[in-house]
Amino acid sequence: MADVLIEAKGLRKVHAPRGGGAPTEAVAGIDFTVTAGEAFGFLGPNGAGKSTTMRMVAAVSPISGGRLSILGMDPATHGPQIRARLGSVPQDDTLDTELTVRENLLVYGRYFGLPRAVIRERAAQLLEFARLEDKADEQVEALSGGMRRRLTIARSLVNQPDILLLDEPTTGLDPQARHLLWERLFRLKQQGVTLLLTTHYMDEAEQLCDRIVVMDHGRIVAEGSPRQLITTHCTREVLELRFPADLQAQAAEKVAGIGDRLEALPDRLLVYADDGEDALAAVHRTGAEPLTALVRRAGLEDVFLTLTGRTLVD
Amino acid sequence: MALTTDTLTARVPALREFGYWMRRYRRIWRGTVVISVANPLLFLAAMGAGLGKLVDANHSGHLSGTPYLDFLAPGLLAASAMQNGFIEGAFPVFQSSRTRGNYSAAVATSMRPTDILAGHLLFVAFRVLLSGLLFLGVVVAFGVVGPARALLAAGPVLLTGTAFAAPLMAWAVLVDRQSRLNGLYRFVVMPLYMFSGTFFPISQLPYWLQAVATCTPLYQGVALTRAAALGGAHPGATAVHACYLLAMTAAGIWVSRRSYTHRLNR
Repeated sequence: MADVLIEAKGLRKVHAPRGGGAPTEAVAGIDFTVTAGEAFGFLGPNGAGKSTTMRMVAAVSPISGGRLSILGMDPATHGPQIRARLGSVPQDDTLDTELTVRENLLVYGRYFGLPRAVIRERAAQLLEFARLEDKADEQVEALSGGMRRRLTIARSLVNQPDILLLDEPTTGLDPQARHLLWERLFRLKQQGVTLLLTTHYMDEAEQLCDRIVVMDHGRIVAEGSPRQLITTHCTREVLELRFPADLQAQAAEKVAGIGDRLEALPDRLLVYADDGEDALAAVHRTGAEPLTALVRRAGLEDVFLTLTGRTLVD
Repeated sequence: MALTTDTLTARVPALREFGYWMRRYRRIWRGTVVISVANPLLFLAAMGAGLGKLVDANHSGHLSGTPYLDFLAPGLLAASAMQNGFIEGAFPVFQSSRTRGNYSAAVATSMRPTDILAGHLLFVAFRVLLSGLLFLGVVVAFGVVGPARALLAAGPVLLTGTAFAAPLMAWAVLVDRQSRLNGLYRFVVMPLYMFSGTFFPISQLPYWLQAVATCTPLYQGVALTRAAALGGAHPGATAVHACYLLAMTAAGIWVSRRSYTHRLNR
């Protein structure tokens, strides 16, 4: 049995709105454990309670109910001790844009009470890790979004954390920047750093996570490895069909009954079937004439759709 | 040397936040020094020496023989301490807790919100004191007071600054719009600047306004600074001024500790 680093039982967070009104329950009683060395993901749409959960695990937001233990400590009483061993990558970069890249690392290392010489040495390694050696003495102001994100990740490693918390690490980045970031995170994982991340991107969760919980409305609706989630909640393949907008409803009636299940999205029909080509042949036999037809493997997006009836990214 | 600052910051987390602000200040200190010297130079030359000549020529008796320049200098000094306390305690705190995000960065480390507050307040105090000392340098150059008296006045200047800054920080960390800070500056700080015995004795005010003016923190700061700079004040009254400002600073810190924790550990 591997070491349990994070354990949550019936974890809740209630926000009291400003100026009165009914309190809202952002996290409505969730259980999860994270063990050493694993990459654990929270998947869900905006407002599902992922970031709130992350803030509680980061020991910056007090819990409203349930139990939470991080590295064997209670965040209510040992916040600074816990945070000393965490790395935190918040959703919005909190870099000081007026300081240089290197200065941001120095200041942040200083916040952990590390000696200057130690920070300077680590900063050099981290700049290399983040591929920012050439930018070391430039102001953060001049950096691209992807570079800033890499710097934020580098900064979060300055205290050599046991657990790295990443809240939406690649949101708003272009594909190239995302792939570079994934590659860096994968490298960290291989070095044995425990990763905890939130995302609303399927591919990100599939690429990086050993284990995932799917969150919706502050609750966990499913849990498992990406593969498990797909086999449990979905068919092996998906057939995507596009019809002219005015004919889609009619076509949906025709193809209903083909495969395991039919999902009608505003712009396309999804037919869940273990053999997509078979299903497509069956569609053609009904006389329906799709504009385009695509057979692909089922992914986490489909799991989410099955579980909640909604898509993740609108 | 490097070893001692390392061990000190390892032991006192507030110094890490202070270090952050000093690092930022390193880029702009020259400009702030020029302003801190040029401002009193212009004011004391125009109003103290220039306008003061007219005032003194009419010996109205309201200043009981004190030259106007001597009367004005400590008043202006205390008022500028308030102004610096406001400028350093309001806007940077608001930006740190909102757009710039440096408070959220710090709070994710082993820092506590109260460490962040303590370090930032320390920097505000440093800025108030530095500007005050530069101002006092100008006052000494004008021959109003000697260097020893000037050093004595540095205490009241610091206290006036923190009496404004500490309560302001408690509020600024929670404020959601910068326009609220601007409003406070325009409608509270500016009237205080004008009517707290800075430019003329409050005995010139209508009777009921005198009572109001006496109760304002800037009046207390002006009176204390003037007593330290010019001497001849009643010890009891001086103690009251000092206690008033100390109490305001302490209350400000107490409320700030709560509001920083409330805001940064939501």
